[in-house]
Amino acid sequence: MKVLVPIKRVIDANVKVRVKADKSGVETANVKMAMNPFCEIAVEAAIRLKEAGTASEIVAVAAGVQQSQETLRTALAMGADRAILVKSDAILEPLAIAKLLKAVVEKEEPGLVILGKQAVDNDNNQTGQMLAGLLGWAQATFVSKIALEGEGLAATREVDGGLEKVILKMPAIVTVDLRLNTPRYASLPNIMKAKKKPLDSVTPEDLGVDVTPRLEILEVSEPPGRKAGIKVGSVAELLDKLKNEAKVLS
Amino acid sequence: MSTLVIAEHDNAGLKSGTLNAVSAAGALGGDIHVLVAGQDCAAAAAAAAALPGVAKVLKADSAEYGHQMAEDLAPLIVRLASDYSHLLAAASTFGKNVMPRAAALLDVQQVSDIAAIEGPDTFVRPIYAGNALAKVRSNDAIKVLTVRTTTFDPVAETGGSAAIEELAGTGAKGLSRFAGQELTRNERPELTTARVVISGGRGMQASDNFGMLEKVADKLGAAVGASRAAVDSGYAPNDYQVGQTGKVVAPDLYIAVGISGAIQHLAGMKDSKVIVAINKDEEAPIFQVADYGLVADLFQAVPELDEQLG
Repeated sequence: MKVLVPIKRVIDANVKVRVKADKSGVETANVKMAMNPFCEIAVEAAIRLKEAGTASEIVAVAAGVQQSQETLRTALAMGADRAILVKSDAILEPLAIAKLLKAVVEKEEPGLVILGKQAVDNDNNQTGQMLAGLLGWAQATFVSKIALEGEGLAATREVDGGLEKVILKMPAIVTVDLRLNTPRYASLPNIMKAKKKPLDSVTPEDLGVDVTPRLEILEVSEPPGRKAGIKVGSVAELLDKLKNEAKVLS
Repeated sequence: MSTLVIAEHDNAGLKSGTLNAVSAAGALGGDIHVLVAGQDCAAAAAAAAALPGVAKVLKADSAEYGHQMAEDLAPLIVRLASDYSHLLAAASTFGKNVMPRAAALLDVQQVSDIAAIEGPDTFVRPIYAGNALAKVRSNDAIKVLTVRTTTFDPVAETGGSAAIEELAGTGAKGLSRFAGQELTRNERPELTTARVVISGGRGMQASDNFGMLEKVADKLGAAVGASRAAVDSGYAPNDYQVGQTGKVVAPDLYIAVGISGAIQHLAGMKDSKVIVAINKDEEAPIFQVADYGLVADLFQAVPELDEQLG
């Protein structure tokens, strides 16, 4: 079974983002970029399926600027077999990305698509569900465990009340949550080997997809900060403040 | 203008996020209809009909909606969509699962997790773990929205008397099947609606130590939460997680115990009215957002807190 893993290049999750002075967006010049952490978990999940003999080939896909190649190389170094870049300098919204991925899926015909549940830049949490809808495939979101059972895929989902188990008909879409696995680091020899793995480049036009944004970003601003508080010296003082100053306890 | 709120429910009653979603629909203006799709969901539909401001409840009582799987629910939403200017659900795991699928089928770019409504097509939403706020305008004919529940006060549970209209189902797609659930059960208030939340982090060191927090929580009528580090370490179940990728809470009082305060955690709690931090590390970033900080060993401070609460 071929597994497709769409991944996204984002500002490194450890970097504190800054809003641009003109409020048009956040500062990305000279900022460290990395693979979205949830995408790393998706890549790892695919590699484990291959190591278990379930997956035969792993194809990593990214949509975005030319530098997204670096993110794809990281996926190749982790263990993906080949990569596809859908190159575009446009702002790509989740619906546009889902349409691009649908076109790639129709060409590649994977049995399973594994994605991160959300990207930590725009925190949309949409792409996997949208792709599943466009393809008419089954979906399992927020997944912390997967197992192939007969003809289907059993997935454990982290939902608001606890855990939920669903069985999906294949082919299917899975979006992964934090507890599914701990992604591996790429070793130096594998980073070298990854440079020789195939990386194809296509464009939205090649795929026949209109990626025109539907949303206009009117302004990006900093959220109101919190006022610095005070340190208290004891539990007794804390309770006194909460009762008599903040009045949140009676 | 009219809004369809997709109710989250368990057939017997509404989930709390539905009350916030109806409240957001009220902020949009126009008629509010609520879709209750389930199996044997008459009680949930009746609860939706009692919400003030709701003009009509659409009840789709059919086997394929028993567990509200996205594959079966999205086609129903799509069938109804043309009658509405806005489709709206709470940004819970339910809303996040279903709405993008419906949006894609409608060829609409959803606006996720909106925290403010500035007009019928203009919304503010947090991005980058809440480190920035984006004001966006949707140019789609139908707006598909999920709503950050903490910024829209819930509507009352009674006072309305909407008509209930029965809908036929769309039929089972047969793509996915519900195969069981393990829900975390406790008698405490729900994390996202509790007035007081006490959360533990990596500093708790073991799941047994969460017992200390539970004792304090029971005295305060509080819910218990956790940081990602505590959940990843197995100290607390996944549904306790507060943060960018977990639950967003904004209680009157949030007590962070042994939590360092990574931006991903702050994203889920910094709108709390009063924040208390208990941490032995004076330099922990949590103190930068705390109204009251206590630099102390939690294994002394929490039992002391428990004792002094009587």
